[in-house]
Formats: sequence, C-alpha cells, structure tokens
Amino acid sequence: MNDVAQNFDVGRIRGEFPILGQTVRGKNLVFLDSAASAQKPRAVIEAMVGAMQTQYANIHRGLHWMSERTTEAYEGARDAAARLLNAADRHEIVFTHNSTEGINLLAHSYGRGVLKPGQAVVVSEMEHHSNFVPWQMLRDAHGIELRVAPVTDSGELDMAAYEALLADDRVGLVAITHMSNVLGTYTPAARIVSLAHAHGAKVMLDGSQAVVHRRVDVQALDVDFYVFTGHKLYGPTGIGVLYGKRALLDEMPPFMGGGDMISSVSVRRSTWAEVPHKFEAGTPAILEGIGLKAAIEFVEAIGYEAIAAHEAALTDHALARLSGVDGLSVIGRAQDRGGVVSFTLEGAHAHDVATLLDRAGIAVRAGHHCAEPLMHRLGLQSTARASFGIYTTHAEIDALADTLAQVREFFR
Amino acid sequence: MFEDVRDLYNATILARGRKPLHMRRLGEFDGTARGDNPMCGDRVQVWVRRDGAGAVAEAGFEARGCEISKASADLMVEAVQGHGAAQIGQMFAQFTTMARTGACPDCAAFTALRPLASVHEYPSRVKCATLPWHALMAALHGQEQASSE
Repeated sequence: MNDVAQNFDVGRIRGEFPILGQTVRGKNLVFLDSAASAQKPRAVIEAMVGAMQTQYANIHRGLHWMSERTTEAYEGARDAAARLLNAADRHEIVFTHNSTEGINLLAHSYGRGVLKPGQAVVVSEMEHHSNFVPWQMLRDAHGIELRVAPVTDSGELDMAAYEALLADDRVGLVAITHMSNVLGTYTPAARIVSLAHAHGAKVMLDGSQAVVHRRVDVQALDVDFYVFTGHKLYGPTGIGVLYGKRALLDEMPPFMGGGDMISSVSVRRSTWAEVPHKFEAGTPAILEGIGLKAAIEFVEAIGYEAIAAHEAALTDHALARLSGVDGLSVIGRAQDRGGVVSFTLEGAHAHDVATLLDRAGIAVRAGHHCAEPLMHRLGLQSTARASFGIYTTHAEIDALADTLAQVREFFR
Repeated sequence: MFEDVRDLYNATILARGRKPLHMRRLGEFDGTARGDNPMCGDRVQVWVRRDGAGAVAEAGFEARGCEISKASADLMVEAVQGHGAAQIGQMFAQFTTMARTGACPDCAAFTALRPLASVHEYPSRVKCATLPWHALMAALHGQEQASSE
C-alpha cells in the first residue's frame, strides 16, 4: 500500500456522512449503490441548509444584499466546477439539472444548430440510455446518421471499429461515456479525442461516473464537451454541468428560451446573453449549485489521488472476493476499470438477488441499468451491480461476498 | 439466514418460479400480448385460447424475469382457467389489491394465488407479480402490449 492510500482514513470520511450511521431492517447499512446516486457529506447538507437559513434570494437580478450574496455563492459553484475539470475559462461551465439535460442540450443546440443533415454522430454500445436516446431523436428529426461503436467481449470499446466509423470524415460529433455505469470500464478518452479530431469530429464525453473516481482535465484531454451530474459526486440532485469549449458554445443557439438567458427582449425580437447564461433560462437550481460547490470542495480536500487509490484497492478486493463465490460471474474484464462491478449469480435472477441482499442491509442495483443495448450485446437481461464510493470499506465488500454465497445456497 | 424472506420466497413461489408448470407458447390461440416492465427489463408473453362460450380454455406464458414474476404467471394461468374476461378482470383487480396491500377481500375465489400476498411488503417487487396479469388482460382485449408501469 502506498503513502496516499495509507493517509486515506475511511473511518474519518464515513464520519462525514450522517446517513451511514443508519440501520436498515435492523442491520447496518451497507450502501453499494453509489453509481446510481451517492450519499451526501455533512458539508453539502450544511451548505444547503445554511443558505436557506441565512443567505437566500433569487440571483443575478436583485439589487439587494441578499441577492448579491446568493449570486456570489452560486457563481462560486461555477468557479469550483471550472477548477474541478481544469477548464480554461469559467464561462465554459454551463449549469444543467443533470447529465441527461446536458446531453439533450448538446443534441438540441449543437445537433440542430451546428451539425448538418447527412453528418453522423458516433456513440458506443455501452452508453447509458441518456447518451443514446437524445441522439436517436436528433437522427429522426434532423437527418443525422447515428453510428454505434461496438464493445469487445471483454467489455472495452473496440478501438479499431471506432476508428473505422470515423474514416469517411462525415462524423461531426462523437458522444461516448468516459466510464461505463454497468461494467466500470474506463474508455481511452485521450485516444478517442485525438482520433476524432484527426477526422474533423468534435467529442463529448459523458463523465457521470468517471468524474467521481478520477481527475478529469478537459484541457489535457482536449475534449470539446464534457458532462457530469452533481448527485453522483456526493452533491445534491438537480444540478449538473455541461463543459464546452468557449468557441463552440458561442457558436451554438440557445436550448430553452426565458428569463436570464437574454440580452434584450422586444416585442419583435430578442437577443441572447453571453455564454454560459445563454443556456441557463429561468431561475436555476440555486441551492443545489451551492451544494455542488461544497461537494466539489469536499472531493478536492480528500484529493483524487487518494480517492483513486482507495477505489482501486476496493475494486481489486471485490473482484478477488466475488470471483470466489460459487456460481458468480463478473461481467466485463476490462483492463482499465473503476469501482463498479456487475455480476450474475447462477440460478438466481438479479432482482431476487437484490431483494435478498436488501434483507441483509446491503443495497445494490439490479436490472438493465438503463443500458439495454449493452445488455443485448452481452446476451444478458439483467445483472446485479455493486458500486463503490469514497466511504466504501473492505469489510462491506466482504459482507457482500459472504451474503452472496448464502443467496446462492438459498436458491440452490 | 434469510428466514425473514420466507414469507415472500415461500415453497410455492420457489417451486413455481424455478420450474413453472405452464411455461409454454400455445400453438393455437385467440390472443397473445407482451408485458414489459421498462424500469427493470422484465418481460412476459401470455397466450390464451378461449372456448365457445368465451371462457379461457387454455393459457400459457414465456417469461424472462425473476422468480416472483414467473411464479405469478404460472399461478395466474391456473387461476383463470375456465373463467370469462369479465370475471378475470375482477380477479385482476382483487389480485392487484392483494399485491399492493396484502389484504385479500374475496380470497375464496383464488386461494391458489395467496402465496403471492406477501409481495406487498416489498414495494419494489409488486410490479413483478402484477406484470403477467397486465399482459393477460391485454391479450383478452385484443391488444398486443402491456406495461406494469
């Protein structure tokens, strides 16, 4: 174990998450569903409650003290998000309600406003539905061809096939996950981007999972767009981020019309505000933005090096323990993978596995994980999925493996 | 371990879930419909053949899903045998109430379905039990698809 991992005190971190002290059905909560939504540290809870108790008004328009302070706090979240992703300019951070909205914004504004009918969009076979459906809608409405990069048997992006999809230079945009929510596979982001750029295509990475587990540097990746959501990053629901290079955001038409996104409005016509406000119509998720800022600061204080080391150790431990359970198959054998492990158990459907684990206080996800095309590719209907966060312990993974052995016996 | 889930995973459910007696597609049928639970990916296809009077003469199903959905489909096929659409509609309503609340207002009519009553204590699993019934009702009414949403 290296120094970073040794300095990582999971007990101290768990103490920051009040919910982890709860019991479920009389048993200690073993929360292994962070990839669906993570728990919230005290810092996030207190930031949001504190804002409501001491410092709250609508933002960007009030000429009074409360509005000015609230605006400062909310805009502080934009600075925090820009720092988190190493964006060159805070105006490149557009707030959305979640990753899904970020992708829909891009499909609508970049898809219809910049891409031309006859051009193509590339997604991969292991996308969450949120990075499939908006592009299918764009295809049907705007005459865009949708190409799907296949996944190998080991659960990795087939890079040769991906490169072949770019060969005719008709691809305008590549929209691919940075980390699979089902398999835990990291995609080779830098190579995805450089290949796309070599063929004249822009790239959006869906960082909903990846940003939780490793440092993302949008400038180093040279990625054009990046989306993530706050609630998986220990922040509140209802707030997400779309990063876009300034020149590209400037080129895009607005997504929704309304207050806050205009420069001027007359009966005849309106003009748009500068980015990012052009894309932020209406009163935003003010408290959630304040909560997101606290979440980002919380993650930064622990540090991605420590987080990545902790989660790599957990994932190794989980793969070792789970592969020792009779009848259990781990899905995907990617070389580069993070703290998400899907599995099937012989003789037991994933839903039944999840119900029995729940009775032992263990929360996992079961089903198709909003990734039906991937399930189809892998020949599966459903899997159970354990996913880890900064508060997950080796003992919890042992509890999972031990209980799964008993589930296996139960259905034998 | 797991003694407290024996109410749901009782002997009948485990037996029927694992080795259903009526899991087959009918060669001749008057109606068939697919039931989907889009949130979890469960799917069931139900076939019905009716007699001259309109009552269900034979039913069968194919399912990909959990023990609860398969056991429920299997028990349903037996329970509806010989009944007409109106009567089955009434059974469906009673069954849904039982699955949601555990209460069984007129259980005499379908004692055989009682092993599923405990599902009400597992709110996320109620739809597993009701999915085949949604598909059956669709098949009886000439529709091809149903959802438990």
